[in-house]
Amino acid sequence: MKRFAQLFFALDETTKTNEKKKLIHEYFQSVPPKDAAWAVYFLTGRKIRQIVPRARMVEWTMELAGISGWMFSECYDAVGDLAEVFSLLLPPSTGAIQEGLADWVENRLLPLRTESPENQKKHLVEAWMNSSEQERFVINKMITGGLRLGVSHQIVVKALAETSGLEEAAVAHRLMGEWEPTDSFFSALIHEDTGDTVASKPYPFFLSYPLESPPEKLGETHEWFAEWKWDGIRAQVIRREDQTFIWSRGEELITERFPEVTEAADCLPDGTVLDGEILAWKDAEVLPFQDLQKRITRKTVSKKLLDEAPVIFMGFDMLEFNGQDLRGEPLSERRRQLLQLLTPGALDESPSCRAQLNTVLKVSHLAGGVDWNDLAQLRTNSRLLKVEGLMLKRADSKYGVGRRKGDWWKWKIDPYSVDAVLIAAQKGSGKRASLYTDYTFGVWRDNQLVSVAKAYSGLTDAEIKQVDAFIRKNTLEKFGPVRTVKPELVFEIAFEGIQASPRHKSGVAVRFPRILRWRTDKEIADADSIERLTALLS
Amino acid sequence: MIVSTENGLYCPAGNFYIDPWRAVDTAIITHAHSDHARFGSNKYFCVKQSEGILRYRLGEDFSADTLEYGEVIKLGDVQVSLHPAGHILGSAQVRVERAGQVWVASGDYKREADPTCAPFEPIKCDTFITESTFGLPIYTWQSDSEVFEEVNKWWRKNAEEGKSSLILGYSLGKAQRLLKGIDSSIGPIYTHGAIEALNEIYRASGISLPETQRVPLIKATKSYAGALIVAPPAVLGSAWVKRFGTVSTAFASGWMRIRGMRRRYAVDRGFVLSDHADWPSLLRTIRETGAQKVLVTHGYSDVLVRYLREIGIDSDVMETQYQGESEESVLESQIQADSETAAGEIEAAPLNDKQSKDTQSGEDISTDQSDSSSEPIDASRTDQDENNDEFSDPLFKEDQQ
Repeated sequence: MKRFAQLFFALDETTKTNEKKKLIHEYFQSVPPKDAAWAVYFLTGRKIRQIVPRARMVEWTMELAGISGWMFSECYDAVGDLAEVFSLLLPPSTGAIQEGLADWVENRLLPLRTESPENQKKHLVEAWMNSSEQERFVINKMITGGLRLGVSHQIVVKALAETSGLEEAAVAHRLMGEWEPTDSFFSALIHEDTGDTVASKPYPFFLSYPLESPPEKLGETHEWFAEWKWDGIRAQVIRREDQTFIWSRGEELITERFPEVTEAADCLPDGTVLDGEILAWKDAEVLPFQDLQKRITRKTVSKKLLDEAPVIFMGFDMLEFNGQDLRGEPLSERRRQLLQLLTPGALDESPSCRAQLNTVLKVSHLAGGVDWNDLAQLRTNSRLLKVEGLMLKRADSKYGVGRRKGDWWKWKIDPYSVDAVLIAAQKGSGKRASLYTDYTFGVWRDNQLVSVAKAYSGLTDAEIKQVDAFIRKNTLEKFGPVRTVKPELVFEIAFEGIQASPRHKSGVAVRFPRILRWRTDKEIADADSIERLTALLS
Repeated sequence: MIVSTENGLYCPAGNFYIDPWRAVDTAIITHAHSDHARFGSNKYFCVKQSEGILRYRLGEDFSADTLEYGEVIKLGDVQVSLHPAGHILGSAQVRVERAGQVWVASGDYKREADPTCAPFEPIKCDTFITESTFGLPIYTWQSDSEVFEEVNKWWRKNAEEGKSSLILGYSLGKAQRLLKGIDSSIGPIYTHGAIEALNEIYRASGISLPETQRVPLIKATKSYAGALIVAPPAVLGSAWVKRFGTVSTAFASGWMRIRGMRRRYAVDRGFVLSDHADWPSLLRTIRETGAQKVLVTHGYSDVLVRYLREIGIDSDVMETQYQGESEESVLESQIQADSETAAGEIEAAPLNDKQSKDTQSGEDISTDQSDSSSEPIDASRTDQDENNDEFSDPLFKEDQQ
């Protein structure tokens, strides 16, 4: 545990990717496989469900520190992180944890969940008092389910590749899907033998970057495929050993949520893996993302919902066919095979399957266009087609691992934007815990500003400090952690979509709002009105 | 006996001010930090060890009547003496006595031993005016030896890896305490110009410091690998830092107790080293003075007052414009930082009234009981995504490709 806490703080102290990788690699080399397995678990962002209710931890901390509720609140307000407040308030500890990470988590931490509150208290206080200050912070983070080590998946993969001597792609693949943090898992993870495909295991998703320069710089148009960029749920559909699995990009198994896709995929031949987007689709048209949202949030799908928001799978890549990994083939070849597979009648299927296949499993169309000007022109039709723009993929590109620059670019249409006024603010969290960084924005309705969006990101650090100072000087009222502020600052807010919402006073909510820029050149009278937004609703 | 006026803390019976923030007739200065020592008053009193620093900060024509610690003078109807506050070289508490009644104004103070200044002396009094910069129970300091061990370890490791080590701390007080505390055998030590000038004054006052070199103004092709550079926080993010090559950065401040603060300054290491009293020291000091009444100035004054009342000590907030080592003052200096000149002058720069007033109320001290039950529980916010969209499931990021 001591070693893991050290790793946590060492990672916390550097922002350099290579240094982080080195630290993780050194950690893997210095601990037993079972500790390494748990470290991989936490490093890849997996979390233990809340073990002890936070309210109880607050109560015990207050008791041990000898402070009352209002004082705890003051401290929390200054720190902005619950696990850290516990650590700072508890009396000095007298020891250090002797067990390794795995033993400590499995023998001390996890059993806490099912214990009586009295025993939870007894054991947790014991752990608190017998851990170093660093360890205490880390275990509090584990218990509250908020342990984050601040490393990307890719760094973990690189470190594991270094430890094992394997290719990054092989490691990334083994990390996909569901696994238990055991010593045998870790041993298998770094073992050289690669014949270990588990039926359900998806491939690491290949991701794109936003286009950074004019597309002309990419070279000849004919070297590129331009696909419409659908706004759905990125997913892999896997058919292996007579079973179907659907994985989201967040590595969640979502097979049950999309029975239409599952049934259709049941008709695919064994050893097939498709990559694409799940879309809500009705009457030959994509439905707004909000309709798909309803399908995401429910684990079981009612008949009514199936009728309201049926889904399809819009495939754009094939990663495996006949059990063969196709990722090393050029995209043009993978696409050719995908089209061939999903051509009506290509498979020797039952009549029911035929219907399913043709209506539910589709292949994303390429946008035509002989040159970049043509494509730029086509791209302006995106809103009409209800897509987000174009994906540009090099025709001879392999299917890579993770987000890499060069072969896949997203060329999205410009977002909507609106000029809105800062009307309320709240303190942020993490490194922004003592700054007002969570803003609420309003637009005009008659002579009143009504809230339309909350946004957190988009300002520079210097701007954040200036806005923070403004908020402190111009607070009108306080409601708990929220301050309303004098309407004075105008910001340009970008967003992706809009829908009716009872939650905002304005009656609309915008999707993915973020601050484009601070419009110091504008007065609040210049801010937009709600009519401009409601006009976009249709 | 001492009241808060628009010019600062005032003693009517003695007709003098303590650390006034405007020009007045007679001013007693507790220490030379810029929020306590302002230019323009007719007559100044201070501790002998403070005069040189004040002259450096307020200008060559500055002069003061200097006192030894404990020396008693009579001003108007009151007897006044200055006593060590342990904050920085020459820092003092002001003891005022009249007709058997004793008031003590603490100025800024700390209780940890500091070889660069005389240790704090608790003074028995009826009314104690205390600062509260770190007036929350989360603020507890480690011992100096532990902190300096960490600093040395950090410097040594950087030196072994061929990196330079840049440590930030206030140029007056903190910088000298750092220099005095570190193991100077690890490597060469460089200082920012603003610090080196004060080092000279410290050395002239008989405080021995390790050998230091001022970072040359002209950027030469010189290697700082293995060296320690001590500079004011204001240099952070400025071009001045670029000359140090591969550098590990650290900040020595009480605020570094909080992880979020360290991350905000984007320094690699935070060392918890403060020249102010931590929570236990504030309480201990208040007890040791035996005061029946405690008036609380700058910092978490509302919190400390409420707590003292709960434990049965009569207490009130006393409004002042002192900043202490406030979060905002650190930020301010950081924003202004760009050139070496600007960086060096930050701490001496007079603060405009509006800004410092805001600092008083700047820390959000809501004592509303209703908050306390709801807020800590709502800690799920700490995990929010940057793109926390109100109707997107966090499992499914919008940009799937």
